Amino acid sequence: MTSSSSPGISLKQEGISYIAGADLPALIVNVQRGGPGLGGIQPSQSDYFQATKGGGHGDYHLIVLAPASVQEMADLTIKAFDLSEKYRVPTMLLADGTMGQMMEPVELPEIAPKESEKPWAVRGTKMEREHNIINSLYLKPEILEKTNFERFERYKAIEENEAMYEEYMMDDAEICVVAFGIAARVSKNAVTAARKKGIKVGLIRPITLWPFPKEALKKAADKVKGFISVELSMGQMIEDIKLSTECKKPVELCNRTGGMIPTPEEVLASIEKLAKEAK
Amino acid sequence: MTTQILIAGFGGQGVLFAGKFIAYKGLIENKEVSWLPSYGPEMRGGTANCSIIISDEPVGSPIVSNPDVLIAMNLPSLDKYEKEAKPGSLIFVDSTLIERKVERGDVKAFYIPATKMAMDAGIPTLANMIIVGKVLKETEGLSKDNLEEAMKKVVSAKRIELLDMNIKAIEAGYNY
Amino acid sequence: MVVFEKPKALTDAPLHYCPGCTHGIIHRLVAEAIDELGVEGKTVGVAPVGCAVMAYDYFACDMVEAAHGRAPAVATGLKRAMPENIIFTYQGDGDLASIGMAETVHAATRNENITIIFVNNAIYGMTGGQMAPTSLPGQVTQTSPYGRDTAVQGFPIKVSEMLSALDGPEYIERVAVNNVKNVKNAKKAILKAFKNQVEGKGFSLIEVVSSCPTNWGMTPSKALEWVEEKMIPYYPLGVYKDKSAEKKED
Repeated sequence: MTSSSSPGISLKQEGISYIAGADLPALIVNVQRGGPGLGGIQPSQSDYFQATKGGGHGDYHLIVLAPASVQEMADLTIKAFDLSEKYRVPTMLLADGTMGQMMEPVELPEIAPKESEKPWAVRGTKMEREHNIINSLYLKPEILEKTNFERFERYKAIEENEAMYEEYMMDDAEICVVAFGIAARVSKNAVTAARKKGIKVGLIRPITLWPFPKEALKKAADKVKGFISVELSMGQMIEDIKLSTECKKPVELCNRTGGMIPTPEEVLASIEKLAKEAK
Repeated sequence: MTTQILIAGFGGQGVLFAGKFIAYKGLIENKEVSWLPSYGPEMRGGTANCSIIISDEPVGSPIVSNPDVLIAMNLPSLDKYEKEAKPGSLIFVDSTLIERKVERGDVKAFYIPATKMAMDAGIPTLANMIIVGKVLKETEGLSKDNLEEAMKKVVSAKRIELLDMNIKAIEAGYNY
Repeated sequence: MVVFEKPKALTDAPLHYCPGCTHGIIHRLVAEAIDELGVEGKTVGVAPVGCAVMAYDYFACDMVEAAHGRAPAVATGLKRAMPENIIFTYQGDGDLASIGMAETVHAATRNENITIIFVNNAIYGMTGGQMAPTSLPGQVTQTSPYGRDTAVQGFPIKVSEMLSALDGPEYIERVAVNNVKNVKNAKKAILKAFKNQVEGKGFSLIEVVSSCPTNWGMTPSKALEWVEEKMIPYYPLGVYKDKSAEKKED
């Protein structure tokens, strides 16, 4: 396990690509701050593309988990280790400055230590087996292609089985706010406030950003009039929302960037605007 | 009931510490709480503020942008946050460091010469807790209960002598 | 009667190195040391990027292929996670003295209990003969066609001298493999570097002055002469640091 905040994670991308290429389990925690470059030190979600689309070089994915509370920081850390070991895929806990700094009550779950078989590990042959090699170098293109195909079979299984999300007031929703992490907390306040004003709005909070909860979004697209992506970036997750919903409904962006955080009032204003336009 | 508290001042004035104390007190009293700091890279000087939410409901956004209770430990903080406070909110001002009065008419202001009181009492670093004492007295839903238990959560066991001093400071503010 | 055998710590994979390259000798010396100490079953090697990138196929122990220059960092992780295992890296001058300099210096100053075999042939071999941090003043390479100009490209990095200035490392020695006598010395040094680790003494680095006939544009025998005449005068052989010996003298 390793952890850092955005610029440090960029430095680690070389190693992350190698870990993916060597099919090793690992947990990488990114407590995001504003960028690019040294940027600032306030909370941000602008490493979404880097986390979900690659980051380092080559054909690979990370499993990306997005906690929205201190409790989830703990729970998803455990989940991340389990997923990473199960699929031999590096997993990223994509948090932000608020998750890294805030205090909330948290119940630390009981963790039963799990012994997992790792026949591939390099702990010495004990002269009992052929040597193991941890390696991401495949000079023969047909072999490298094969390893990539094999890895993407695992990615397919992950996409089918591991997508996680939370729905809030979506049953009769006509507008769907999509947000993760701290943006989801802010959005929840806005959704509650909008409901008081009689606007039928709900929230989908992706807990896994990769795999993205495509099915939930696709289903929502059939019944709502539009989406609002609330992000602490110039708009990155919005692309995955458009892809998942096949652009069936308009997707608006409500965002702040550079370390600024949208207020519930700003999100509410976005909801009200879309509600008016949708009529 | 939900109480949103914002404490703001210079780094080094104990803004984050005061906030932690209030949050822990809420936790001990079985409330839903959150504590979120915001500060620059420097340990002293610079600006610091922290958001504390004490609620009967699970806390949504932990960011306090429109406080029910504002504690201003210096002038820039009062200038910046006075206009953000909710109508009917309480604003606590360290009147040793801030000469001006609260301008809004729809809030209730309290002026405590906390820095001077702290100096006079020989506890110059505890102006923050003197104001906290006043906040505990004036704010609905807060009280003087569980002071020692909450203080033990934020004062290092190695420096337990600070416990009495902090409680003394809270008492001084409470009785002001 | 068997008079000559391949070390057990080498696999049967045929080496890919150029004719006259000394990597084969150095691989053998490392494998002999592992055999003599009887530690193959608990040894994990870290291969570099460079000519020796495929060393993971040649050593019979468990192997990790590191990113360029990162071998000392990977070795640090392996050793700290498995202190009972024997961990070595095998790196060239481009890998260790250029992109991996930070990892090397910090592993040395922390006195990580690992063994580093550093092969210095004064050039980037695998990529086609570009100037390395260790290329000699005036040396002609692909990227210094008029010879290394120290006013423009600076001076070669003397890794052993530099690291021995640190208080951290246990053992630093420079050896060569250009003749039988030097090979025997190299063998002794490499064995000691592994033994130090077994005894928990700390960071041991053996710099092996080596040749690159292909990229130097020389026959193998001419290249060995060049090692004697040009390389060794610039990179003097000998023990640069031996903390345990220093302690005994005190």
